[in-house]
Amino acid sequence: MSAVAVTAVLIPALPLAGWVVLGLWGGRWPGRAAGWVASATVAGSFVAAVALFESLAALPPDARTVQVDLYRWIAAGALAIPFRLLADPLSAAMARLVAGVGMLIHIYSIGYMARDAGGARYFAYMNLFMASMLLLVLAGNLAVMFIGWEGVGLCSYLLIAFWFERPAAARAGVKAFVVTRLGDVGFLLGIFAVFGTFGTLDFTAITREAAARLPLGGGLATAIALLLFLGAVGKSAQLPLYVWLPDAMDGPTPVSALIHAATMVTAGVFMIVRLHALYLRAPFALDVVAVTGAVTAVFAASAALVESDLKRVLAYSTISQLGYMFLAVGVAAWAAGIFHLMTHAFFKALLFLAAGAVMHALGGETDMRKMGGLARPLPKTAAAFGAGVLALAGIPPLAGFFSKEQILGEVFAAGHPWLWGIGLFTAGLTGFYITRAYVLTFAGPPARVHENVHEAPPVMWWPLAALVFLAVVMGVVLEHVVPLAPWLQPTLGAGALKSAGGAAAAAAEPGAVHAMLLVVSVAVAAGGIVLGWLVYARGAIRGQAPVLGTILAHRFYIEDLYDAAIVAPSRALAGWAAAVDRGVIDRAVLGVAGGLGWGGAALRRLQNGYLRQYAAFVLIGALIILAYWMLRP
Amino acid sequence: MDVVLFGITAVCALAGGAGVILSRRPVHSALGLLLVLLSLAVDYLLLGAQFIAAAQVIIYAGAIVVLFVFIIMLLSQAGERLGPGAFDGPVAVRFVAALVVLLAAGLIALVTRTPSAPAPVPAAFGTIQDVGRSLFGRYLLPFEAASLVLLVGMIGGVALGRRLGPRT
Amino acid sequence: MTVPAPYYLALSAVLFTAGTAGVLLRRSALIVFMSVELMLNAVNLSLITFARLHGSVDGQVLVFFVLVVAAAEVVVGLAIIVDVFRSRETVDVDDADALRG
Repeated sequence: MSAVAVTAVLIPALPLAGWVVLGLWGGRWPGRAAGWVASATVAGSFVAAVALFESLAALPPDARTVQVDLYRWIAAGALAIPFRLLADPLSAAMARLVAGVGMLIHIYSIGYMARDAGGARYFAYMNLFMASMLLLVLAGNLAVMFIGWEGVGLCSYLLIAFWFERPAAARAGVKAFVVTRLGDVGFLLGIFAVFGTFGTLDFTAITREAAARLPLGGGLATAIALLLFLGAVGKSAQLPLYVWLPDAMDGPTPVSALIHAATMVTAGVFMIVRLHALYLRAPFALDVVAVTGAVTAVFAASAALVESDLKRVLAYSTISQLGYMFLAVGVAAWAAGIFHLMTHAFFKALLFLAAGAVMHALGGETDMRKMGGLARPLPKTAAAFGAGVLALAGIPPLAGFFSKEQILGEVFAAGHPWLWGIGLFTAGLTGFYITRAYVLTFAGPPARVHENVHEAPPVMWWPLAALVFLAVVMGVVLEHVVPLAPWLQPTLGAGALKSAGGAAAAAAEPGAVHAMLLVVSVAVAAGGIVLGWLVYARGAIRGQAPVLGTILAHRFYIEDLYDAAIVAPSRALAGWAAAVDRGVIDRAVLGVAGGLGWGGAALRRLQNGYLRQYAAFVLIGALIILAYWMLRP
Repeated sequence: MDVVLFGITAVCALAGGAGVILSRRPVHSALGLLLVLLSLAVDYLLLGAQFIAAAQVIIYAGAIVVLFVFIIMLLSQAGERLGPGAFDGPVAVRFVAALVVLLAAGLIALVTRTPSAPAPVPAAFGTIQDVGRSLFGRYLLPFEAASLVLLVGMIGGVALGRRLGPRT
Repeated sequence: MTVPAPYYLALSAVLFTAGTAGVLLRRSALIVFMSVELMLNAVNLSLITFARLHGSVDGQVLVFFVLVVAAAEVVVGLAIIVDVFRSRETVDVDDADALRG
């Protein structure tokens, strides 16, 4: 195999080996050994990912698509699916992101999980997750991607319910699994439809032949696209399948950072970008994607406004930012979506890890109503969180500004003023709620006296610092220094150039309009921050909005609706099925046994020892034979 | 002429049969059995089975019935009444009556299917020479086996008749 | 043979059913035994009848063997009855319920 192939295989293989080793022997290693081993495998993946990136960069742009077939997985007549990896610009960039952020979070976890007895199990699951996610990203066909898809779902469940003795955590894990399963049904049906249409699941083949096989705007293309999108909705926690993500915060914070912010939840976006050729043939489906993304974004942002749990604020924030990514891909701005995916990974992971540092200092507290004034004892953490706030809100020159700006610009340029307006409003909400979170946690008077509050240890702090650096710098880097869009162009075709950086966008529309959009969005974001500061730090606005507050507090009653319409009937059905099982089936089975016993007891009465009765039965037998003889034709 | 003879033997046989199954005392049953046996011997003669008729009288009437009478006297059992008390137990009278009627009906139905035209037979049919020729010819093996049966019966009778231990 | 065969066979049938009734209805082992002999004789009659009907002496040979076996059987059977009587003081068939399960 070529060097590219080897590095491509190493990327998911190293964490997979880590999982095996940690699973089998990790429990017996002393102290933090498990954590360091796990981090080492992921670091190895990161190195391999960088090497892969560089190898591809050394090739001419047309040749940057390398397929690596590992073995002939399914060979059943017409159904021929190899176990294939695809190393191209998109997968290389994603692999570098996933492995890099994963590596930082693994190192952070060493400190965070230091006092937990189940450490080896945690790191084993984390490595398995990394292997699955990297496999998903490097997949060469839908089947291998599905393996990764299911693998990350499984690890999400395992890690959310990591502290399985806690009923809330166990329930949250099940909820996550079941809800994403719902989406996976659509995903699987979509895969079947793709195979039926294309005869293959290979990505390069799909990209090549989508235009030929799918009439533009036809029902088939739309159906496939929507089915696959259903999977994305579940996995990426969009409306209406978002309900599992806030509850998933019951898992360890590094898990929330890695899986539910930076990587797994982005799989839906990634999948759509991979299949962009297919989606381009279904404009209606793209519209659905964009609208879903926009509505989810504003809905989740509004929910974050009233959350008092710090991690849940970040969870809703993730849902909202994922909505932005879907909004982007919904207007065919593929590279913009990926760009925001990357910057979001940096600043959201940063925010989660900083929140984790706060929890570490407070002994696991997440309720912001019990925090306040932590900036004094935790200055470094506060600064890190503050950097994340600015990045999330989209203040230049931090990362979030560039990616969010690209998205809003593309949406406007594609002719969707309403969606743009929603995105803008959400940006304002974003600034507001994240500022609120910062103020309630770090600023203002403390809600209670905090004992023994100290900063995180170095093993937790250095990854945080690295993420701060990335959140600050990567926006500029990916826009102007090593632009992302042109890099992705071989994979994404013309669509990538469509969302190239500011220069190309400026060429697409009048420079004045573009500049005005920039100013407006920054102003809105900044306005949100200022408003949040005024309300929460200075108490500028008093008063209640009871009706609105109640609706928001109940998240527009969506979860109550689910409970009534789906969960309660399911429970009833399960109860009924159990009753049928006990009452009917068990009774039937036991009834058979009982019947046999009763029959035996009845027959036993024939054996009463009366010879004359036995003789009578002999006679009866003789009569039967006699009758047969006589009646025989 | 033969029909009349048959009628007499039939009446006697039926009377004897009734006596066997209906008598209160075993001795009376034994006498009924004797009557049946002798009547049947006459029937055998009518049917041209002289040897068998003689054997019937000698063996059955002369030995077996005698044996029965010996045993009856040995046991000196008084017969039980043949009334409802005779068959209390799991075998109900009605049930048995039904069975018996069924059996009779079946047999009669079978019987009426047989042709009544006999084959011509030589004059020497059923004589001792005729039967002997079969016994020592075609049926030699069963004949020898029958002697074994008798031997076994003798041994069995002796073995069972021995008293083991003190008189009960 | 001027008497038609069915006559003999009918007699045989009636005697056989009579013997069956005796076996099932009487309680004394001796009388049951005698009823069995009655049945055997009924069958003998039918065998002789068929021998005459078909002109073959094989039927009579079979009756001969039946005679032999009946003799042996009576010997052994009566010996058993005597044995049972000695140990139990009864020849009531209903009392022999050791096969009760």
